[in-house]
Amino acid sequence: MGDYNLDKMLAELQNLMGDKLELSEDAFFNWIHISPDQLLVLMDKLKNEYGFNYLANLTAVDYGEYFEIVYHLYSIPANNKTGVKTRVSRNQAQVDSVCLIWPTADWQEREVYDLMGIDFKGHPNLVRVLLPDDFTGHPLRKDFEMER
Amino acid sequence: MLRTEQFTINIGPQHPSTHGGLHVEAVMDGEFIVDAIVHLGYVHRSVEKIAESRTYPQYVPYTSRLDYLASHLPTLGYCQAVEKMLGVAVPERAEYIRIIMAEFSRIASHLLFIGSCAIDLGATTGLIYCLRDRERIMDMFEMTSGQRLIASYMRIGGVSEDLPDTFIPAARSFIADFPEMIAEYDGLIIGNEILQARLKGVGRLNADDAIAYGVSGPNLRACGIDYDIRKAEPYGIYDRFDFTVPLAENGDSWDRLLVRMEEMQQSIHIIEQALNQLPEGEVKAKVPRIIKPAEGIEVYHRIESSKGELGYYIVADGGEKPYRLHVRAPSFINLMVLPMISKGGKLQDIIANIATLDPVLGESDR
Amino acid sequence: MEHFFLNIAHSLIVWLMGLGLSSKGADLVLLIVQWICIVAIVTINVIVLIWLERKVAGFMQQRLGPNRLGPAGMFQTIADAIKLLTKEDIIPSAADRIIFRTAPIFFIIIAVMLYVVLPMGDGMQIVDLNVGVFYFISVASLSTICLLMAGWGSNNKWSLLGAMRSVAQMISYEIPLAFSLLGVIMIAGSLSLSDIVAAQNNIWFIILQPVAFITFFIAATAELNRGPFDMPEAEQELTAGAYTEYTGMRWALFFLAEYTNLVAVSALASTMFLGGWHGPWLPSWIWIIIKTYLVMLIFMWMKWTFPRIRMDHLMSFSWKVLIPVTLANILVTGAGIQFLAGMGW
Repeated sequence: MGDYNLDKMLAELQNLMGDKLELSEDAFFNWIHISPDQLLVLMDKLKNEYGFNYLANLTAVDYGEYFEIVYHLYSIPANNKTGVKTRVSRNQAQVDSVCLIWPTADWQEREVYDLMGIDFKGHPNLVRVLLPDDFTGHPLRKDFEMER
Repeated sequence: MLRTEQFTINIGPQHPSTHGGLHVEAVMDGEFIVDAIVHLGYVHRSVEKIAESRTYPQYVPYTSRLDYLASHLPTLGYCQAVEKMLGVAVPERAEYIRIIMAEFSRIASHLLFIGSCAIDLGATTGLIYCLRDRERIMDMFEMTSGQRLIASYMRIGGVSEDLPDTFIPAARSFIADFPEMIAEYDGLIIGNEILQARLKGVGRLNADDAIAYGVSGPNLRACGIDYDIRKAEPYGIYDRFDFTVPLAENGDSWDRLLVRMEEMQQSIHIIEQALNQLPEGEVKAKVPRIIKPAEGIEVYHRIESSKGELGYYIVADGGEKPYRLHVRAPSFINLMVLPMISKGGKLQDIIANIATLDPVLGESDR
Repeated sequence: MEHFFLNIAHSLIVWLMGLGLSSKGADLVLLIVQWICIVAIVTINVIVLIWLERKVAGFMQQRLGPNRLGPAGMFQTIADAIKLLTKEDIIPSAADRIIFRTAPIFFIIIAVMLYVVLPMGDGMQIVDLNVGVFYFISVASLSTICLLMAGWGSNNKWSLLGAMRSVAQMISYEIPLAFSLLGVIMIAGSLSLSDIVAAQNNIWFIILQPVAFITFFIAATAELNRGPFDMPEAEQELTAGAYTEYTGMRWALFFLAEYTNLVAVSALASTMFLGGWHGPWLPSWIWIIIKTYLVMLIFMWMKWTFPRIRMDHLMSFSWKVLIPVTLANILVTGAGIQFLAGMGW
């Protein structure tokens, strides 16, 4: 991975995926926005072809109409980083699980399911991890009613 | 032929060796562990949701309660993340003070790790020796912030107060006494053959699995992977210091213990350099009273905490409260390998594995 | 001073016979008095021992230990005993009540039974059995059953695991324990403890049998369930193992019995290896107390230093190291005795 080039990788991905993929950049990360149906294809490529073997962080943000699922990827030892975002609508909050690509997604996806209520398709054991099993609702959603 | 059957045994949440409210449901075949299921959430207090109703400075004290054994480290991570969003530059002196406090926190956490590792394996005296020395670090924290365990000493833009006059002599004397302490631990804990026999080859984690499962920190380095965020993606002023990243090869419990022993010495080395280079000056940057990062700014800032990669993912919406704050807790993710490394071992091994993975439940349950 | 207690016993018998009792009846009364004495000594001794253990632990861990109640905290144990006596007695609803209740009672009875054969001084032995060592080992091994009863009766998985461990451990360590005593028995030529003490008039058996002493000490630690072999309790793993469900006085009985066993085994060690009550200047019964306490201090030193050994290491250590070593020791001792006999000693 010594001669790895982030721009080259992004260009290649852009060619491959076309309009399913959008690129953006901020001060800290360059982001790959992908539509949920192509997520697994992209992730598989990122891991197996570009060597992003370390899924550091997986979380989700509630933006009202849609949820954004955020992946922070790193590669060890080359130490490259990239971010992946995908959006699912609030009504149909379902996305493919990346559990088989990075086993570390197991509990992180369970946590997102637990607190944000996003369904991860293909997850082997999608049950609550932090909250009690009989809890109703998903507290990190913005419309979660907190009892006083 | 005798008929035998497997049975489950609940290790925790009320159990002396689970470091808080950890609950491991172990499926046992006699003394052997067939499977282990980890249940979390006994100390869940929804710090991520709380963040959404607190302003940025108000949230600082909550972060020290994540990893209460090394409370400066999560606070440092949070403050740096917010500073990144604001683009605030921290004064030099504050940067050095932060490094000193962070490394002392790491030593305090690792001391407690070694002590709790000893007591989990039955060596009560080892714990007391480590606590005795950790107490000196706690005294130093008390000097700076008035708080011992959950100090909340760091602020967005620097630290709350300058170091008192008594701090530097205390720190220097700790550094001077440190080799003696290490020699004592070597004699009492590390050098003990029973302890070595209990840890060597137990809970073995190979390098590929460690990366795949997102294991970080000393647990990852014990598998032989040279990955320390202080080196890989230096935050603060870590690039100015000379230190090595201790590594081991086998990834077993014994290596996890050794790596942490070595890391404490490196931390002492860093503190020594920081004390020598400590400049005069301000300790807090001019930060607006009401902090409002611009809308749409989002940051993922990660630091090398004593447990591993501690990351803060903060999304701002232009208001004075974070729109979303996520903590990437190393203890949470490190615990994921516990069933894998414990399978096939004995009941006593799972205790050793929990001890050497060094989870802090305040952090893993958030 | 030397015959202080013997004189008391003698005058008691004379007084009883003066009251018109036959000599058999007087002996019976004396036996009862002796039993009461043992129980009293054991109980008071345990109070001192617990205080001592906490002080030793405190000393080793650079802290003070109990220091509030009485001089140097000596009354702390009494306060603890009162607390334990007045605690609520909880019996788990799923427990096997009879077994659960009787286990601590049997445990303490067995522990007290050990004292019958121990020579506490010159002529101070309740019964001088000609198979004293054999009696001691066989009675001591009965305590396994009590632990198994406690573990089974509690109907708790931790307790059952602790009980299983204790059975495996005790069975494995009784063999090296007995084997290491065999060397001494061969030299002394007797199973009677008073004969063994008499045989050490000139030289202590620890000098003739150093290997046996070390193996005996290790095996005894395992027999006593003390650290580093405290597998059946293992508070960091099994949350007190067989004792998990016991509260208040029942738990205190176990505790009492453990310390009683500790004293008994330490006394046996000093009898078998350290010359028993032999010693200059001081009365014999003071010598045995000094030696017993020295042995106990070593037990405490070990407990507060070592981590707990793992179960499989424990078993393989017994079967692969201790038993071969003790067997070799017996062989060497036998050959040595034959050789010296051939030399005409």
